[in-house]
Amino acid sequence: MNWIVSAENIKKADRSRVGGKGYALALLAKGGFAVSKTLCVTSETYQEYISRTGLRERIMLELNRKAFKDMRWEEIWDCATRIRNMFLRKSIPQEISAELKEAIRTAFKDKAVVVRSSSPEEDDAASSFAGLHESYVNIRGTDAILEHISKVWASLWSDAALLYRQEIGLDVKKSAMAVVIQEIVVGDKSGVAFSKNPNDASQGVIESVYGLNQGLVDGAVEPDRWILDRREKTILSHTPAERKYWIIAGESGVRLDALPDKLTNRPPLDAVEARHVFELALAAENYFKSPQDVEWTFRKSDLVVLQSRPITTLPNQKNGDNRSWYLSLHRSFENLKLLRQKIENELIPAMISAADQLARQEVTQLSDRDLATEINRRWEINQKWTNIYWEEFIPYAHGVRLFGQIYNDAIHPEDPYEFVDLLTRSEMASLERNQMLGDLANRVRNNPSLAKALSAGQTENLDPQFLEAVDRFVEKFGDLTCAVTGGTQCQQESDSLYKILLEMAAHPPPDIDRKPSKDKDALQEKFLSSFEGEQKKKAVELLDLARSSYRLRDDDNIYLGRIEAQLLAAVREARRRIDTNHHRRSGKKNAAQLIQVVESLDHRPPFQPPYEQKPDDGFVIQARQLIGQPAGPGLAKGPARVIQQTTDLAEFKHGEILICDAVDPNMTFVVPLAAGVVERRGGMLIHGAIIAREYGLPCVTGIPDVTTLIQNGDEVTVDGYLGIVTIGSSDL
Amino acid sequence: MEPTREIRNRLKELCNSQKLAVVSTQAGGQPYASLVAFVASDDLRSIFFVTARTTRKFANLKKDPRVAVLINSSTNEEADFHDAVSITATGTAEEIKDLEKDKVLTRYLAKHPYLEDFVYSPSCAVIEVTTQSYYMVQNFQKVMELHLDR
Repeated sequence: MNWIVSAENIKKADRSRVGGKGYALALLAKGGFAVSKTLCVTSETYQEYISRTGLRERIMLELNRKAFKDMRWEEIWDCATRIRNMFLRKSIPQEISAELKEAIRTAFKDKAVVVRSSSPEEDDAASSFAGLHESYVNIRGTDAILEHISKVWASLWSDAALLYRQEIGLDVKKSAMAVVIQEIVVGDKSGVAFSKNPNDASQGVIESVYGLNQGLVDGAVEPDRWILDRREKTILSHTPAERKYWIIAGESGVRLDALPDKLTNRPPLDAVEARHVFELALAAENYFKSPQDVEWTFRKSDLVVLQSRPITTLPNQKNGDNRSWYLSLHRSFENLKLLRQKIENELIPAMISAADQLARQEVTQLSDRDLATEINRRWEINQKWTNIYWEEFIPYAHGVRLFGQIYNDAIHPEDPYEFVDLLTRSEMASLERNQMLGDLANRVRNNPSLAKALSAGQTENLDPQFLEAVDRFVEKFGDLTCAVTGGTQCQQESDSLYKILLEMAAHPPPDIDRKPSKDKDALQEKFLSSFEGEQKKKAVELLDLARSSYRLRDDDNIYLGRIEAQLLAAVREARRRIDTNHHRRSGKKNAAQLIQVVESLDHRPPFQPPYEQKPDDGFVIQARQLIGQPAGPGLAKGPARVIQQTTDLAEFKHGEILICDAVDPNMTFVVPLAAGVVERRGGMLIHGAIIAREYGLPCVTGIPDVTTLIQNGDEVTVDGYLGIVTIGSSDL
Repeated sequence: MEPTREIRNRLKELCNSQKLAVVSTQAGGQPYASLVAFVASDDLRSIFFVTARTTRKFANLKKDPRVAVLINSSTNEEADFHDAVSITATGTAEEIKDLEKDKVLTRYLAKHPYLEDFVYSPSCAVIEVTTQSYYMVQNFQKVMELHLDR
């Protein structure tokens, strides 16, 4: 079997084996275009690799844990992460790798190459995978090249590629990947050329940057742009870029650098060169008999073709092509660094001060009319911060994911979420809150008369020191049942807080999962030692960014919860007045205003009744074993506590399994009491999973309908290794 | 009478060609059948499978280790009635650990490489069924027994 072919030996019949890119390069070389030396690893090699290693079925098992349409983007990202790690850890069978190595060594000696995806599906005129699969520039040495072939294969299963193939209706089972390996051309200036402008058939377009064109392709470097007349081949317009950066080849890989001063004022192409590039694009169009999108580079005065493909219609939101959106899910390191500054220096302090300001205003003093106005004002403030949460904080969470990918690429760990261990033990606000709660519980534990008074509901003459500590806690974190996103069911008194404290005090304090710090230090050392020089500096920065991103993922909700609690406090006051005025004729008019405001805010999600075991035609169904994601390792058994509404949290008992729709950080105060955590919302990096990991509890996430399929008191077993939850005892 | 070597070869062939087997356990006199991915030892003295510890079959065989294992070549076609071969093995199940477990898993994963994540989960147990007898059914109703001398 020929696992790898040289461009000059590629025939028409090989088209589907070598993919769109590989085939176009072979044709260009045959047509006399200047193309650098090219080898192509066929799609059969990929097929053989996934069959022999068992990856074919492992991937399908991974993707079929639940219906694809039911997966949130985070869950798809998790699938993609696990699949990528499978490719990194499963080496290519020796018989195949020997042939690949031999061909690569012979063709390139020790020269650096570019390893590119060449998808057989890309031929399909309806689909354009541009940018969805990965390419790697400046890779040297057969082992490194082989590793990057695996990475290109894995990119067939990236979150963006999975979403896109699903959208355009391609069968994932049939997907395969060919890989193009090309000697690198380290050009002085590079770009793309469209032989025909998609927006005006009489024109062509050239875009160009200094250095390599990776910067242009992924949007990091702004290009100069020329519009040309197709017939006269003259320049109609030139739009210069703000030339600041270029992408250059490092020792291995590429890096973004500041453009030398002497180049910032000069366009990368002069008129003669631009015309030269355009003629190349026209020649490619003439050769392929269709308008072409050509990637090119100038090495000194030699113009070299990197690739050529037919111009596909531009991505169109109206046609439901969301490829650009899928690609935007991933943020670059540079982008995240800027976002971090904004969040840490501006947004978080502003958010805290907004909450403090609201807290200082006493709503009980306001007239009914002013209270109605105040509720609307608070609603708007809450809305503003909720929008910022979605637009700025949620994308920042990608810092954790970016780190995860870099970590896995460097380490190839057995557990693709090992990297999370380097991020935990951060000073998360919810852990600080749980710590304060633990201290309060300690006071109750060590003071039997206090415990007795609390159990009996005699809260009039409590120890002032204890009450002071409770006040400090409530001031900082709310009274637990109140500060829950989406909940408008606050309780007036601290009853729920006391209930939780009594329950905590009745049992020994939980062991927070403190892995010996030397393990974490060793892990950190293992990660950082796989980089050198500049790369190492970047790795240190990335780890720091990931820690901040991880911490914020939790803190932002706590801060947002504080703002929401202030809105709810105003609503609570309004409710109190409505109830009182109900019996008094005089206040009716103003009460109507309040009722209107309160009703317009009441957006509680409908209560989901548990599944009722009613015989249907003599049959009763019962869930026995449910499958989700293994989000926190461990095995635990206990009675289920199903959280349908936030008030249920106060009933939580030590040793129960927390079953809920979605754990938000404001709810995680019960986690120290829990034996395990199960969540409907899916993901490995969601709050429930994060907090469970911090306490070393088994956790399973992403089980559809879990809160209706499991009922309070059911005996459940959480298998956090496999991601399964078993209901009922093992007896028949 | 077929020589035992021939029957043994047929058994081996079937065990190698089939990926799945049905394992029967029981609790309180109530039989319970489960589908498992299995591998057999070359000498046919052991059949191995892997199960999560939270399953009924695992709870059952902890209480009563006697099991029956059905392996067959049917393809859900009419021709199965004359063509398919089916064997039932009876024996005793026991969880294996440590070095022996690693050896078995290497063999197991060579046959079922896609189950790698599953078998290495700490919540899974590797089970060895030490076989006592095989009952081979062919040609619809012909039954031959093979008893292991232990």
